[in-house]
Amino acid sequence: MRSKTRGRRLAMYAFMTLLAALFVFPMVFMVAGAFKPDVLVLAEGNTWRAFWPTEASFDNFSGAFRRGEFGQLFLNSTIISTSVVALGLVVNSLMGYALARLPFPGSWLLLLSVIALTIIPLEAVAIPLLWMMSEVGLRNTYTVQILPFIANPLFVYLFYTFFLGIPRELEEAARVDGAGPLTTFVRVTAPLAKPAYATVGILSFLFIWGQLLWPVLVTSGPDVRPLPLGISVFVTQPPISWGQIMAFAFMMTIPLLIIFIVFQRWFVQSVASSGVKG
Amino acid sequence: MPNADPTVRPVATSSTDASGLDQTKSGWKKRRQRFSGLAFVLPGVLLLLLFLAGPFLTAIGLSFTSERLASPLPTRFVGLDNYIATLGSETFRQALGNNIWFTIIVVPVQTAFALGLAMLVNQRLRGVRVYRAIYFSPVVMVMTVAATVWLLMYSPDRGLLNGFLSLVSFGTLQSDWLQSETMALPSIMIMSIWQGVGFQMIIILAGLQEISEDLYEAAAIDGATPWQRFVSITIPQLRNTLLFVATVTMILSFRLFDQVWVMTRGAPLGNTNTMMLEMVNVGFEQQQIARGSAIAVVFFLIVLTLTIIQRRFIKEEVN
Repeated sequence: MRSKTRGRRLAMYAFMTLLAALFVFPMVFMVAGAFKPDVLVLAEGNTWRAFWPTEASFDNFSGAFRRGEFGQLFLNSTIISTSVVALGLVVNSLMGYALARLPFPGSWLLLLSVIALTIIPLEAVAIPLLWMMSEVGLRNTYTVQILPFIANPLFVYLFYTFFLGIPRELEEAARVDGAGPLTTFVRVTAPLAKPAYATVGILSFLFIWGQLLWPVLVTSGPDVRPLPLGISVFVTQPPISWGQIMAFAFMMTIPLLIIFIVFQRWFVQSVASSGVKG
Repeated sequence: MPNADPTVRPVATSSTDASGLDQTKSGWKKRRQRFSGLAFVLPGVLLLLLFLAGPFLTAIGLSFTSERLASPLPTRFVGLDNYIATLGSETFRQALGNNIWFTIIVVPVQTAFALGLAMLVNQRLRGVRVYRAIYFSPVVMVMTVAATVWLLMYSPDRGLLNGFLSLVSFGTLQSDWLQSETMALPSIMIMSIWQGVGFQMIIILAGLQEISEDLYEAAAIDGATPWQRFVSITIPQLRNTLLFVATVTMILSFRLFDQVWVMTRGAPLGNTNTMMLEMVNVGFEQQQIARGSAIAVVFFLIVLTLTIIQRRFIKEEVN
């Protein structure tokens, strides 16, 4: 009996490990390819050696910087993503807080509008927004890649529901001491809402770091081009160097990988909370 | 401090029925609070109007005109011409067809796969968190990176996948993957499922963990088999979560863009063209803003329909 359950458990582990291999092998392939000479990435591409960094060196990384302008693109993506996340956290949490705690005439209507707006995906407004932005001459800037993504109705709603759940009494104590709404929010409520900030911050970084459609429409050179568009250009830029492409891909993954490893609990929670039923 | 929110339980405090001095003070506070509320929402409201609601209405408006990107030609009202041209276009219909095929295959497969993975990592086993992290890890790669790596793996003569196929089949099985007219779209489906299933798994896992243990224990006492427990407890309890996941995956299927942009740009012969690729081609590459807007409106109507259907099917949770 005992050995039977043990056998089943071993079989379960074997099965789960097999599945894990299915998920991991492209990444191992990418990392191995990033370290080995170009010729070998292709020559060994269809053998088991594809997973091994034969004749390892850092040549591909310097190549990705030199030919793929990885440095500039990484800087662009970092500026765009951190601006969107930081400004977004402020704007969306202030709005969510006001809807939950500081009602004014018509605020219920605003709440309904925010919920309705969550249905509109970026793709549905990309083309007219492109037209508007080119009318005001904003194409090919950082601004045009930051401004449209700061306010997000889903994030406003996530903050709103979170703030509703914070006990009122905690804020009232501060109010009695004569603190105004802004002071109360900054000193009392926002610090209590750290989980909401982590959740929204991670979700919005994941989204903006990988964003491709909008940069395709509004950027035309490497000066302000972000990484996802950068890699799609690099893949087609002759002479095609798969070693350098893999190094580019690997380096582009590192920031999210670090966030994922360090904040794994929050990361998982933020994904789960994107599934809250509206 | 009086409670200024009429919708939430009113808290009786001493200041509401106190002296006149207190009354003016609280009235002033109330006004100040309303003013703060307005000030707090102002940046968000402006940005949402400017970059979401505004462009959305503009899309509808533009779709009835002849507007082009940076063109000196005067803009004319053309009625439904853009919609007629869009729906009548062979390319658009092929692209829409591809999206529909993608949805029909990917939604059930990915949802079922995600459910399976979620149940695996929901077991009480040592090290199960590591497996959860691994199954989720392709999400961290972001789509453009995943598509780039798979592009090389799909290479017919140098690719990992053909290398593996020929190894296990002793050289008999091969595919041209992305370059084959029949396999191109399925290839995109496979890599999309691989990249996205971890995200769905996490959402379903959260749903699984909300199911009460008591239900399973009661069923076990009644002698229910694991399969019976799955069908009569897990599935009904997960109903709303699964509906949500399926709807999100459906909407994602119609938003299909990143993978095809990196891997095929719609080739071969439009077999991997999608609505979003078509929208970028027409509205941006060909600078026909008006027709691009018409595609955007058609796309939105599809998303709206799917969302409404989902809302109708979701049951209110019974306590």
